[in-house]
Amino acid sequence: MKAGARTRLAEWLVTLPSFVWLGVLFLVPTVLVFAITFKPATPFGGIGEGWTLDTLRTLGNPNYPAILWRTIRLSMLATGGCILLATPMAYYMARAGAAWRRWLLLLVVLPFWTSSLVRIFAWKVLLHPEGMLKQALVWLGLAGPDAMLLYNENAVLLVMVYTELPFAILPIYAAAEKFDFRLIEAAKDLGASSFRAFRSVFLPGIRVGLLTAFLMVFIPSLGSYVIPDIVGGPTSEMVGNKIAQRTFVDRNLPHAAGLSAILAVAVLAPLLAIASLRRRESPRDALREEGV
Amino acid sequence: MSDFLQFEDVSKHYGAVKAVDHVSLSVKQGEFFSLLGPSGCGKTTLLRILAGFEQPDTGRVLLGGEDVTDLPPYERKVNTIFQSYALFPHLSVWDNIAFGLKVAKRPKKEIQSEVEAMLALIQMEDQAWKKPDQISGGQKQRVAIARALVNKPRVLLLDEPLAALDLKLRQRMLIELDLIHDEVGITFLYVTHDQGEAMSLSDRIAVMQAGKIEQLGTPAEIYEAPRSSFVAAFIGDTNFFDGVVAEPLEKHTVLDGFLSVAVDRDYSRLKIEDFPDLECFNDKQIRQGEHVFLSIRPEKFRISREKPEGRPHLNILEGGVEDVIYLGSQTKYWVRVGDYRISVIRQHSRYLLDEKPIRWNERVWLSWHADDGFMLEKYSEQDEALLQPPPEEVGETSEPGAGAS
Repeated sequence: MKAGARTRLAEWLVTLPSFVWLGVLFLVPTVLVFAITFKPATPFGGIGEGWTLDTLRTLGNPNYPAILWRTIRLSMLATGGCILLATPMAYYMARAGAAWRRWLLLLVVLPFWTSSLVRIFAWKVLLHPEGMLKQALVWLGLAGPDAMLLYNENAVLLVMVYTELPFAILPIYAAAEKFDFRLIEAAKDLGASSFRAFRSVFLPGIRVGLLTAFLMVFIPSLGSYVIPDIVGGPTSEMVGNKIAQRTFVDRNLPHAAGLSAILAVAVLAPLLAIASLRRRESPRDALREEGV
Repeated sequence: MSDFLQFEDVSKHYGAVKAVDHVSLSVKQGEFFSLLGPSGCGKTTLLRILAGFEQPDTGRVLLGGEDVTDLPPYERKVNTIFQSYALFPHLSVWDNIAFGLKVAKRPKKEIQSEVEAMLALIQMEDQAWKKPDQISGGQKQRVAIARALVNKPRVLLLDEPLAALDLKLRQRMLIELDLIHDEVGITFLYVTHDQGEAMSLSDRIAVMQAGKIEQLGTPAEIYEAPRSSFVAAFIGDTNFFDGVVAEPLEKHTVLDGFLSVAVDRDYSRLKIEDFPDLECFNDKQIRQGEHVFLSIRPEKFRISREKPEGRPHLNILEGGVEDVIYLGSQTKYWVRVGDYRISVIRQHSRYLLDEKPIRWNERVWLSWHADDGFMLEKYSEQDEALLQPPPEEVGETSEPGAGAS
């Protein structure tokens, strides 16, 4: 018993720094953001005395549901697009020879060597009505001369997928690399077509990687504001843009905090859903220990 | 019937390496057929060609008279048991077995009953909902067998299926495999490097080496009448003697009261340095003057303290016992004759009641019938690398014949 208590104390001591870190830098600020929502704003951009529900009332802005829905929709689409592109890429990388694989990995992380701001801005140049891409599409007859590639939802989505793609490839590749490809052969041997083997054996085999990729892309996407700010227009505003606007232009911190809180709930909801799913799976893990 | 499964002149190269070199082979329906050979002999490649994972460079594969050479793996009525089992880790035992039936879109009820029948066959009804990582190696093996058999393949391919199991389990699975083969009556194509497994299970064995079939026959044919020194050494234990073929023997027959003397082409004299002339069965009609290996299995010798009486075709050598190993059911002797350390196995029926057991340093007589020795062509350098030389020290563990004798 004493030895057990000592072990538990040691465990606590080891985990304490992380708890302090999380508490001070994550939990407290989150609670503060939620709390500020219920404070009045001052004309000078500060936070007033007392408590009020004014902000909550102004959050009922009729434009907000549309913006929130767009944020979630674009984030989902970007996440889906990233995973759709990343999965075949990761499959190919995992099957490639060691030398070729190293080069592909380098190519995946190469964009990180340039500031993301610069890369996003580069898209503005590409998509610009006078830009190379637009000109090429017009020349190929794939776009009319009046078509607008920039300042709309599609441009935002395209650049979001471009920016987040490495964050989807890396976890999926990490899972695919550990995947036993003999299982694909076994599936084909049992009569499965290549596609069926991919769907029924490979995808379940890398599901942890897919889940990680989903979180790694979806959560940052919800908060994105630079991309819609640079390549988006008034019709493609996301919650992030509104938060920035309330903070820097309107100087209304409680309102910005309210929007942040809504976004935080939008992020936490899928996380909690996944966590509860995991918990539902855990009795089987307990059974597994018995079985061995 | 006889040409149920056929390989016709099949070759497969990997770069400069000939993995399979113009192999032709036919397997009968319902047969338990083994491909046996050292690693790298091409046996697994041949199996993968049949499964459809490899395309042969030349030749074709016929299954039930139909050319399947160009069919993808999923369109072939063959199923494989992989060395690693390759069970799907995310699926339960039940779902693993049902996989092939689900892919084939069979009705739910049918899947249910077929899977249950298979679970009964492998006696794992109570483990149906466990995941592969919750069951033991032997159970995984059985699930792999069930997962393949449930599809009613025309040929079941087994790629070293017992290699990952420990000895005790291997022996049990050996019996189970044999029972399952008898029960389902499907053709089994079994790939192994373990001659003991191949011997105990197979109806016929093809011994492979360097992409070619060295010898094809029943286990007894291969053990008792090896056609090459490679086969003699790879299957079981043997003694090799370096010799030169001398003249054929004379056949004395009495015909109508007259003694006629004719040349007996079935037997030749064999000259081995420091040995008296030996008589040897010459089934391969090896010509006079050829250098050969004489191969004699350890259990073919008779060992005795008294010189045996001479009889036709009986060869007799005198030597000294250097080592004796008592193995329970039998005793192994190492007898020095000239440059050779001859391994001799003697089965004893009444060890303690018999004459005083032979001990080391005793002078003994070895005798064997001419039919029990085989003259074989000398093996090539390549073979030599694959085969260990006869052990020099007693108790050396590298005895290729331990499993079969």
